[in-house]
Amino acid sequence: MNFEYSEEQIMIQQAARDYAQRELIKDVTERDEKAEFPTEHIKNLAELGFLGMLVGEEWDGGGMDTVSYVLAMEEISKVDASASVVMSVNNSLVCYGLEKYGTDAQREKYLKPLARGEKIGAFLLSEPEAGSDATKQRTTAVDKGDHYLINGTKNWITNANSASTYLVIAHTHPEKGHRGINAFIVEKDTPGITLGPHENKMGMRSSDTHSVMFTDVIVPKENRIGEDGFGFKFAMKTLEGGRIGIASQALGLASGALERALQYSLERKAFGTEIFNHQSLAFKLSDMAVKVENARNLCIKAAWLKDQGLPYGTASAMAKQYAADIAMEVTTEAVQIHGGYGYVKEYHVERLMREAKLTQIYEGTSEVQKIIISRSLLK
Amino acid sequence: MSNPMKTVFHPLKFKNMKILVCISNVPDTTTKIKLSGDKKSVDMTGVQWVINPWDELALTRAMELKEKSGGKIEKVTAITVGDKICEPILRKALAVGADNAVRIDAVASDDYYVAAQMAEYVKKESFDMIFAGIESSDYNGSAVGSMLSEFLDIPSISSVSNVDFEGDSFVMKRTIDGGSETVDAALPMVAVVQKGIAIDPRIPAMRGIMMARKKPLSVEAPVDIEATSEFIEFEMPQPKPPVKMVDAENVGELFSLLHEEAKVL
Repeated sequence: MNFEYSEEQIMIQQAARDYAQRELIKDVTERDEKAEFPTEHIKNLAELGFLGMLVGEEWDGGGMDTVSYVLAMEEISKVDASASVVMSVNNSLVCYGLEKYGTDAQREKYLKPLARGEKIGAFLLSEPEAGSDATKQRTTAVDKGDHYLINGTKNWITNANSASTYLVIAHTHPEKGHRGINAFIVEKDTPGITLGPHENKMGMRSSDTHSVMFTDVIVPKENRIGEDGFGFKFAMKTLEGGRIGIASQALGLASGALERALQYSLERKAFGTEIFNHQSLAFKLSDMAVKVENARNLCIKAAWLKDQGLPYGTASAMAKQYAADIAMEVTTEAVQIHGGYGYVKEYHVERLMREAKLTQIYEGTSEVQKIIISRSLLK
Repeated sequence: MSNPMKTVFHPLKFKNMKILVCISNVPDTTTKIKLSGDKKSVDMTGVQWVINPWDELALTRAMELKEKSGGKIEKVTAITVGDKICEPILRKALAVGADNAVRIDAVASDDYYVAAQMAEYVKKESFDMIFAGIESSDYNGSAVGSMLSEFLDIPSISSVSNVDFEGDSFVMKRTIDGGSETVDAALPMVAVVQKGIAIDPRIPAMRGIMMARKKPLSVEAPVDIEATSEFIEFEMPQPKPPVKMVDAENVGELFSLLHEEAKVL
């Protein structure tokens, strides 16, 4: 048993921290206000290798372990969750799905540029009437012999506009229930694909979220991932890993808020002393620190299990549910500690609080995580 | 102003160049300093170590020069004097792009000792250009670079804030009071570099971190040299007393406080 990070893991954590604290911080508030995608930053993060850090070397990735990924995600998310969600979706949903379940030809053509960060990926599962209940897909992919014809609408798609490679989940055999679902690699510029307007969100405003409409979109047969009917399992397996990414994002939002609240409490004075010296606030910070530490341990445990090749689905659900819920609590307390200053944008914590809310909703709501966790108790 | 160091380069020399970057292992700049019980040393328990900021900028510039040299600069080596605890910063230097790293396995007792150890290594390996940070952020000795050039009997240029190629030579800018001067010097030489040499230290990329695993990090035995100084005692600055507020109407009290307590009048 060992709680120490390796030298390499620390180096990666430091690299992510340096980029976040030096570069992302500069325009994060402005991008949030303008709901502007961090194009330049994503290019830089790609050059540093963060967008494909989990992909093996043979597919042009960084070949790093999941523990390093958690550490990097935490550092980036402390400053800018809109940037880290691009990193999370690309790494742990799109690249992971292709690396684990794609064919060599699919990996060669689609995974490599994604792993190099030259292209960005998006994962299209949610629908207007099928979010948490992923079996209720209405998007169809009709088998036309040498190709599939996709029709339907996907909602709340992260990276919808900036991505060039979509992984789309759709029903081929609705009568077979979840066994009739397939996953496809679809190039965004395929005729028949249109984007809805940029969603005007409460937080993560500079991540580009849209709905995506498919009208008679032709997808070659060789772009199906896995056997016919593998799509549901593909989505569930991929989301298991994705949860570690979002859990680490939530962790970063919480630990970033804690750092800011602590710093502020040592600078701001009230009643003749730094507010940290008032027990009501010191205890708040203590509670926040325990929550952050617990969330980090859950994230690292899930990542470690994945790195060991052990089952990690329940662990990643626990990490995601807990980290997301405490991110909401810790960021809210950070705003409280900042008082009036916490309510204005300059001090960042109000933005962290708005961003934290989404971690309880996307890639499986906290309630869905509890379904997964409670069912695992019966096994 | 005439430039006493102006030297004409032999163009043929400007190929297969080797740059050595001297780096120092220092506590992260946000470290809270604690002294040991006997005050003869700093308590390094729990300290996070980083590359000395000036050395990191020097390394960054060395990498930039190598990349733009079109193969003229063949190799960048990072060197430090220190025990095993220094290896992470060497591996970071490799991840940033250095081709190899060298650790002289000894405790860096003072500037003279460090410079002398490095000089012995340089004599064996030979380098065309040596970069040393102007000072280290821990003990602020500010002497290793110049001492190294003395040991090697080669020129050194201090306070270099910019290094670039011009044709087939290195040209350096020094920031001086009220302006700057441009100089070059015969190679091999030591450039003692300061802020400005690179804009920001380079962040290692995943690929670099991965490649660093395979790059050579050699450990050299130290030569037998005595340090010339030892620490007798460290002292921490006194904490600042609280600010005294004087009513704006009460000028008399202000004067008497400035006279009797602050003793500035």
